[in-house]
Amino acid sequence: MRKLALSDEILMSVEKPARYIGGEVNAVMKDKERVDIRFAMCFPDVYEIGMSHLGIQILYDMFNRRDDIWCERVYSPWNDLDKLMREKQIPLFALESQDPVRDFDFLGITIQYEMCYTNILQILDLSGIPLTAAERTDEHPFVIGGGPCTYNPEPLAEFFDLFYIGDGETIYFDLMDKYLEWKRSGAAREDFLRMAAQLPGIYVPSLYEVNYHEDGTIAAMEPLCPEAPRRVRKELVLDVTDTYYPEKPVVPFIQITQDRVVLEIQRGCIRGCRFCQAGMLYRPTREREIGMLKRTAHAMLKNTGYDEISLSSLSTSDYSHLGELVNFLIEEFGTRGIRISLPSLRIDAFSLDVMGRIQDVKKSSLTFAPEAGSQRMRDVINKGLTEEVILSGAGQAFDGGWSRVKLYFMLGLPGETEEDIKGIAHLAQKIAERYYEVPKEKRNGKCQITVSTSFFVPKPFTPFQWARMCTKEEFLDRAYIVNHEMKEQKNHKSIRYHWHEADVTILEGVLARGDRKVGAVIRRAYEKGALFDSWTENFRNELWEEAFAECGVDPDFYTVRERALDERFPWDFIDIGVTRGFLEREWKRAQEGVVTENCRMKCSGCGAASYGGGVCHEH
Amino acid sequence: MNIRVKFRKYGNLRFIGHLDTMRYFQKAIRRAGLDVCYSEGFTPHMIMSFAQPLGVGLESDGEYMDIRVNSTPSSAEAVRLLNKNGAEGIEVLSWRELPEGSKNAMSIVAAADYEVRFREGCEPPEGWEERFASFLQRTEIPVRKETKKKTVQEMDIRPWVYACEVRDGLIFLTVSTGSAGNLKPELLLQAFAEQEGWELPRFALLVRRKEIYADLGAEGERKLVPLEELGAEIG
Repeated sequence: MRKLALSDEILMSVEKPARYIGGEVNAVMKDKERVDIRFAMCFPDVYEIGMSHLGIQILYDMFNRRDDIWCERVYSPWNDLDKLMREKQIPLFALESQDPVRDFDFLGITIQYEMCYTNILQILDLSGIPLTAAERTDEHPFVIGGGPCTYNPEPLAEFFDLFYIGDGETIYFDLMDKYLEWKRSGAAREDFLRMAAQLPGIYVPSLYEVNYHEDGTIAAMEPLCPEAPRRVRKELVLDVTDTYYPEKPVVPFIQITQDRVVLEIQRGCIRGCRFCQAGMLYRPTREREIGMLKRTAHAMLKNTGYDEISLSSLSTSDYSHLGELVNFLIEEFGTRGIRISLPSLRIDAFSLDVMGRIQDVKKSSLTFAPEAGSQRMRDVINKGLTEEVILSGAGQAFDGGWSRVKLYFMLGLPGETEEDIKGIAHLAQKIAERYYEVPKEKRNGKCQITVSTSFFVPKPFTPFQWARMCTKEEFLDRAYIVNHEMKEQKNHKSIRYHWHEADVTILEGVLARGDRKVGAVIRRAYEKGALFDSWTENFRNELWEEAFAECGVDPDFYTVRERALDERFPWDFIDIGVTRGFLEREWKRAQEGVVTENCRMKCSGCGAASYGGGVCHEH
Repeated sequence: MNIRVKFRKYGNLRFIGHLDTMRYFQKAIRRAGLDVCYSEGFTPHMIMSFAQPLGVGLESDGEYMDIRVNSTPSSAEAVRLLNKNGAEGIEVLSWRELPEGSKNAMSIVAAADYEVRFREGCEPPEGWEERFASFLQRTEIPVRKETKKKTVQEMDIRPWVYACEVRDGLIFLTVSTGSAGNLKPELLLQAFAEQEGWELPRFALLVRRKEIYADLGAEGERKLVPLEELGAEIG
């Protein structure tokens, strides 16, 4: 029997002890004496969230294909265990071997959202690894970060030895080979970092110096040694068919957030919504071949025993062979007790037909993401969804028996006027009116329209990276306008409106476009007890407010300040293929309310074609 | 066709709760490719039920679940397939066909065997074995038990203890289990500790369920039969 790092008493006194025992079906066990590299792969949130992440499953499978590497998993201990581990000084351990993380060669941390930053420090702290890279010695693992937030790694720069920028499938093995070479040579820790910095996609923050203007903006970012390149270019896996994909993902014992087989059908998005960071970061769009997807679906369902499969991508409807794939899934698995879920589908005749076949129309709801209430605003954000399309989609759905609709919007978009804000309520009203056009005897009771708004956060590498963000008060005022307008309307009893608290959004805005100076604030907030900030019940804004004040950092500098077109951004040293010139053109077109075609309609010359593949080279 | 499955749950998987054990089997059965029946509708589920939930932290050598199948390989093959596709900590012991019209395991559970020992450092004061034996000689063992409505109720648990033996520091118990009267070993040991005037620490007991029985006896007479004996091996 595998020995556990935690005693029975501890496991019996924490919530969901199965988070910490490992030993799941398809978890990879190796003999630690017979591997050269031990890699701890971490998602800095609780097990159920971390285990739901496809990227880690891909890398876990990829690393473990090599006999000389053993990759294991690490997640954030929940508050109850966190407290006990500190009290009893139990070091954080990896799930498979239950060995302390600090004895590993690498600690890889995927950074999926800004609000996990304090959890990164928790992982380091509980592992007994110094929080800053500068304090680490030969005794410690190399701490490497990856994932979408590394496209502006600067707020976290001091905590990481390296960042891997881009798709994980490409150069990790080269990095591991360099590591083995370095380990055999017995050279100093910094020598490995210099070797690594020469690999494409690898950014070693300690090898750069940042200088600031008097106004706090960046004057220059200078490499400190010849090995460190001036620009770090994003890694990209061009062929997403002939690559790594986990056919035997780990099957958790407890229910996790995404408790199903996940089939990523494509990477990237052709749409070019101007607020969307993923849509720019993962350009160019690359589709997996349908044959590979069919084979993989079979293998994954067989190897996991899951009763559900979900397609994953930024815009499922844009996959070229979606009809064929969906028919295959329904015919092949639908009769065998396996559910099929299709998120991010555009509502049209095709998707309504498919949904009618895979779910109970009376119980399920339709989701629209118009993102903005008025057509003018949807043009500003380049969301090519017209009111006509929304109403006709909803109409077809209502005629087909649906009665529940969810609508997602953003508030605080650049240039938003009161009319645009009220447009959210008006659109919901029009959809309700359309429902009551269905003859009474054919209707499924009252309609239920749920409207949710989130507050807009400008992100790096989007056309809105220059945009001013709203203040908390401005955000909440806009939510009140929507709420008030809703209540004035005829069908308000059919419509429910939710909005979020604004504090977390403001902080997300600071961390998203922050620079190296923000690192001290993250550390201070963590030391004051901030943790699991993405969990509403855990978020304590006052700790962050104190941390900003004590570190002398003004959050407004990162959020509400107007940025000049020629301002140097902290993330400008990263080359994602999409050029700054393109983003600037898009920013101007947004201000003019001019729509830009999607990648299949017309190439807009964003720069991603330089990778030599994907949608840019389809024809 | 209904099948009764007997399994062990041991080691690290004692930290997996009842519902997760159910989900574990749903997945293991699909991995094994067994031809089980599903309910109709958009969210089909396997037609399965468990005899008696096992608390988190407990091990068992005799857990049961019933499942409906369309067809089945031999018992030996089904057991092999489930174990080949399983995780360390759950071992399927038997796969037997139930006669037409059998009641499901849950509805006929009457008793269970337990093996209880004290965790190291949590043993009661010296000589407890003899004192525990004489404690059980009483005609009544009153305990206070919190009901679902949060009121405290006094009840006598002595009639629920069917057999008890203490050997080499291990307590072997046969107790009433199921809807008619369910005695958890902890409750009995707590009553003992209370009577003796010492505190039973949290997590002091290591409890292993050994077997679950149905009662086939006629009125007033108990005849306990392990649940698996109600099914027949498939050749």
